Formats: sequence, C-alpha cells, structure tokens
Amino acid sequence: MESTLTKWLLGIWTALVIVFLFVPIAIIVIYAFNPSNIQSWPIPGLSLQWFPAAWHNREIRQALWLSIKAALLATTISVVLGTAAAFAVHRFRFFGRDAVSFIVVLPIALPGVLTGIALNSFFGFWHVGLSYWTIVIGHATFCIVIVYNNVIARLRRISGSLREASMDLGADAFSTFRRITLPMLSTALISGGLLAFALSLDEVIVTTFTAGAQNTLPLWIFGAIRLGQRLPEVNVVVTVVMLATLVPVILAYRLMNRAPADTGK
Amino acid sequence: MRRSTAALDFNPAQRFLRAASSVLWRRPRLAATALLAPPMLWFVLIYLAALGILFLSAFWTVDDFTGEIVHRWTLVNFETLATSETYRAIAGRTLGIAALVTLTDIVLAFPCAYFMARIAGPRLRATLFVVMLLPIWLSYIARVYAWRLILAHDGVLNWTLHALGLPAADIGYTNTAMWLVFSYIWLPFMITPIYAAIERVPGSLFEASADLGAKGLRTFTKVTLPLVVPGIIAGSIFTFSLTMGDYITPILIGGPGSSFIGNVVYSNVGIANDIPFAAAFATIPAVVMVLYLAAARRLGAFEMM
Repeated sequence: MESTLTKWLLGIWTALVIVFLFVPIAIIVIYAFNPSNIQSWPIPGLSLQWFPAAWHNREIRQALWLSIKAALLATTISVVLGTAAAFAVHRFRFFGRDAVSFIVVLPIALPGVLTGIALNSFFGFWHVGLSYWTIVIGHATFCIVIVYNNVIARLRRISGSLREASMDLGADAFSTFRRITLPMLSTALISGGLLAFALSLDEVIVTTFTAGAQNTLPLWIFGAIRLGQRLPEVNVVVTVVMLATLVPVILAYRLMNRAPADTGK
Repeated sequence: MRRSTAALDFNPAQRFLRAASSVLWRRPRLAATALLAPPMLWFVLIYLAALGILFLSAFWTVDDFTGEIVHRWTLVNFETLATSETYRAIAGRTLGIAALVTLTDIVLAFPCAYFMARIAGPRLRATLFVVMLLPIWLSYIARVYAWRLILAHDGVLNWTLHALGLPAADIGYTNTAMWLVFSYIWLPFMITPIYAAIERVPGSLFEASADLGAKGLRTFTKVTLPLVVPGIIAGSIFTFSLTMGDYITPILIGGPGSSFIGNVVYSNVGIANDIPFAAAFATIPAVVMVLYLAAARRLGAFEMM
C-alpha cells in the first residue's frame, strides 16, 4: 500500500495540476476588469466599463444569438438520436453492435479539422449553401456521442427488474417506457443535453467549415483575437461566456451521478 | 379516483400505441431497427458520406482558371505532398508535437488520476472529478487566449519571472509555446480515462501484491501500470487527435514557422479554395488516427472512454 509520503506527494502533485488548470482561467477573468485597452500585466486598476461596451456591440449580440439558436437545435437532435442509439445498443444484441458505438465516437475521435472539411466538401458537393442549418448539422454530429455516453451509462445502472415488474402488472411497453424507464433516465438525458449544449456553444473548429460568412460567438472571438481588435471586449465576452457555462456544466455533473432510485419518483 | 391503465382505454391513440408496443415487444428485431434507423441514417447519410466524398476529392483537382473542382482521378495532390520539403516539415511538426503533448499529459495526469482513484475519499474524489473536468467545457478559445496574455512579452509570465529576479522568457509564438498550451488544453481528456482504468483495478490485487512481498514501486510497475495501459491509450486518442487536428492554437500561439496540417487545410478551404489538396493533406491525420483507433480497440482502450 502507498506510504504516507507517497500519498502526500501525489496530493501535492494533484493540487499543482489544479492550479495549472485554473490560473489561466483566473487571469482571463481578471483581464475582463482591465480599465486600459492595453493588454499588459499587471492591469492598472479595476473597471466595469467594458461590460456595457460589449453588450452594446451588435456583432457580439448577433453572434451570441446564432450560437444559442444553433446549440438549442443541435442539442435537441443529439438528445433524440443519441438516446435512440443508446437504447438500441443497450437492449438488443445484433450484428454490427460494436460498429454502432464505434461510429458514434468517430466524430470526436477523428481530428476536428477532418470532420469540418469533410462536411464542407459534402455540402459543396451537393451545392448546399452554408447556413444556420449546416452549422446545426455539424454540431449535432459530434454532440450525439455526449448524449449517447450519458444515456448508455445510466441504462447500464438501471436494473431490468423494475421494467419487468411493470410489464407483469399489465403495462404495455409504451406505458412502461413512459412511467418507469423515462423518469429513471430523465437526469441522464438532461445532463447529456446540458453538456451537448455547452459543447456546441463553444465549438470553433468544425464551425469554421460549416458557418460560411456567419459568425457564431467563438468564431467572432477567434476573428477579433487574430486581428488584435476589440480585445477589451473579447476579455469581457470570454469571461461572461465561461461563467455562464459553469452553471449548466456543474448542474450536469450533479445530475449525472444521481442514483436512479432518487429520481424514480 | 383511480384510473385504469389497462383494458379500459378506448382512446384510439392509446389503443394504437398499445397495439404497436405489443408488436414491437414481440418482434425485437423490428424495435431495434426502429431505434437504430434514425441515428444510423444520420451518420451514414451525412457523416460517413461526407468522409467518403472527402477522400474521393483528394484524388480530384481544381481548375486553375475557373476555380471549379474537376472530377477526374489524379494523384497530383499526393505527388505535391510527397515531393515538398515544406509540407513534410509541417506533417512532421504536427505529429511530433502531438506525440510530445500526449507524453506530457500522461506524466501530468497519471499521479492525479491515481490520487483520485486510490487515495481520495468519496467526497473529495467527486469534487476533484468535477474540478479537473470543468475546463473541458469552459471555452476552448478563451483558454488558448489566456495563454497569449500569459506568454506575451509584458505578460504574466515575464512579470512573475522578473519579480523572482529571473531573466525574461520569450517563448510566446514558438513551438515551445504550442507544446505548453496544447498540453494544458487537453490535459483533462487524459485524466478521466486513466482514472477509470485505475478505479477498475480491484483493491485485492494491490493487497495480493503486497502480501507476496512486493514493495510500492514493484507493485506499481508489475501490477498497476500494465492494467492501466488501456486507460492511457484511451486518453492518448484524444490528446493526440485533438492536437493533430487543431489550427487555432498554431494561429494564436505559434509563430510564423509553426504551421500544422490543420492550418494548411484551413487556408486551402477558406482562402485558396483548393479542397482537393486540403483533402489530400487531411488524409495523413485520418490514416494515422484510423490505425491508432484500430490498435487502441485491440488493447481494450474503448472500455475506458
């Protein structure tokens, strides 16, 4: 077994890694309050002036709205398709069952640029103009796996006996699904949906190739950083988006690990 | 008042659902098909079809005059790639840094994952799990941008070094900066699968090893490490693939000579409008990843994802 020294060293290492992970995030948040528009350290004071400036920027608001709209639809599609795939893989034994779980993971296991250019050349081949819809298709494709993983993990933890009891008591498959399976699954669906939403809201690599001339929020941020323009507003936008994503993500983690028994009511 | 859910439902919709569900219940194959068809059609008709067209287009060219794609079979894109020193260097840099980032993340992640799985109590473990994975969901581009602020000439790093009486480090816009930032960005993707792998090792194995007289290090190299390899491979799929397919970090953090395969693909799709050439270059990471995934699957890495 590990000696006390080993335990301490591992604990310190873990603490240092957490510091490493969060220092850059803290620094961005600090820069959002920078009164100067020169990005040097340390910032000369604290100011809230860039928050209203960012809010009144029409481009930012449009980009934010497009991102939210795309994320909502992509999340909806991925919840439906991801859940269906998880059910099929969990409940049935069929030829190519492994292939299904492999294909679902592929869009996030292959480099993003590949998914992006593949979709781009696909839309080009069929002469489909890049639009809101092509963004949604791209996002849904890699969000499906998030929902799939969440739902299948939950299905593995739900015991089949409740379902069988329900059927023994005369309920048909649909009522059993509606009254037994769905309530036990609901937190997994919500957490999967929240994470898919967060992922879609933040995605930039695939989006570049499917958005055409439109700007989602990450694309706007990327463009601004690249050109070195509007950096004080970038600091604010980035901070607000990060803090806003914190809520659904923490909620998702809480729901993810909740035991099915708690949610069956 | 109690409502019957059984035979007294005369609502046509409910009758239909009931009839349909009993048909599906008796014919699981039909049910499986009904569930699988929508997601699989999505993947086959959109995703796999897109990949297929991409690989076909690698063998096409673009008409210099009209800018249209000429659908004629040719190997000219691959010849350009094979003979060009520049493109070889870019591919080498991409794969090299991706490998280096993967190794760095294994070293950083392993002790954390071990601490979480074997030493931390349940409450601390749950907290650490959320804390370590949180950055994945917090804006990727924001975290890359944060490093630009840190590594800038008058940024946080040099200010700190100066305060400590050390010489300034000008690593902004270099390959070193890219290595650092990639290792930072993808680190959480390495922690989870290693954690999952360590957690699966039954505690009795460690006890057995100790009973048989093995010291900590020996148990670690003979018991822990071999059993955790699938987790490490699973994590490396993400760190390697995500680094290989990126072009944002090279643009924002790298210098003029820091192009990745992704940057060439990006500029050929966006600016030069030469999708066939971009597709040909993109086959390198695709082939590398397909081989990698096939190997990872055999090593049982997929169960750790």
